[in-house]
Amino acid sequence: MIPLSWYLLVAAALFCIGLYGVMARRNAVAILMSVELMLNAVNINLIAFWRYHAQPVGGELVWLGQPTGLAWAIFVLALAAAEAVVGLALLISVYRQRESVIAEELDTLRF
Amino acid sequence: MVQQIVFIIISTLTLIMAWVVVTNRNLFHAALALMATFLGVAALYATLEAGFLAAAQLLVYIGAISILVIFAIMMTRRLMQTTETSFNSQWVMGAITSLVLFGVMAFVILQFWGFEPGEPPFGMAPTAPEGLIASSVEILGISLVNPEAYVLPFELTSLLLLAALVGAVVVAWPERKE
Repeated sequence: MIPLSWYLLVAAALFCIGLYGVMARRNAVAILMSVELMLNAVNINLIAFWRYHAQPVGGELVWLGQPTGLAWAIFVLALAAAEAVVGLALLISVYRQRESVIAEELDTLRF
Repeated sequence: MVQQIVFIIISTLTLIMAWVVVTNRNLFHAALALMATFLGVAALYATLEAGFLAAAQLLVYIGAISILVIFAIMMTRRLMQTTETSFNSQWVMGAITSLVLFGVMAFVILQFWGFEPGEPPFGMAPTAPEGLIASSVEILGISLVNPEAYVLPFELTSLLLLAALVGAVVVAWPERKE
């Protein structure tokens, strides 16, 4: 008996919390964690729309179980894993060279 | 009614834990809260009857990504113990932007789908034919190897994971001293 909009609101709130973390945190590891929160919010949306996608069959709204939403959520999961792996490897490499993972102090490309 | 109460409890805990992730000064505690958030999201998947994705969420996010994050925190530990603030100078603008974005999204969501529980499809989940939920994993598996569905993205994902694996090893390899 849960309306679709409740899931969407929770996902929106989670996304905005993650966005705030990305914009406001100084530590690059914390920024990566916030990006993971945003990806999770997107996945909640995908699964909610997958479950609430009904089609009219003989005058009745029926759930057909098409795998689209699930498949895309799985891809998002895999991409999030790849992103976390590469990001954390980069941070460890940066930490070796600069002794810092504070985003503001990594300004080699700034002019 | 029970479903609604369970949903509200799960989502409240998830959002509180997410808030702890972005505000806690101690990064290790933030990583533990991140695991709790992932657990809450997995529970939300379970309420949506996506059991396979809930299990995958437990394996991939809690089992792998959280552990990676904790490794990274421990390898960069010394800086975590500074007493300076964990927010940069633009946190006010960030907070305003996030709040405005949430306001816009909530407005649009409530305009389109409404807040009250009601009729399917949007007021409550549409009824599934007998046994279709149980076989949704089977349908997903077939579609992932079906040339007319997702076999190309599936293979590309495996290639991407391999590239990420090799790339991470190369990037994080210690400097070679000549």
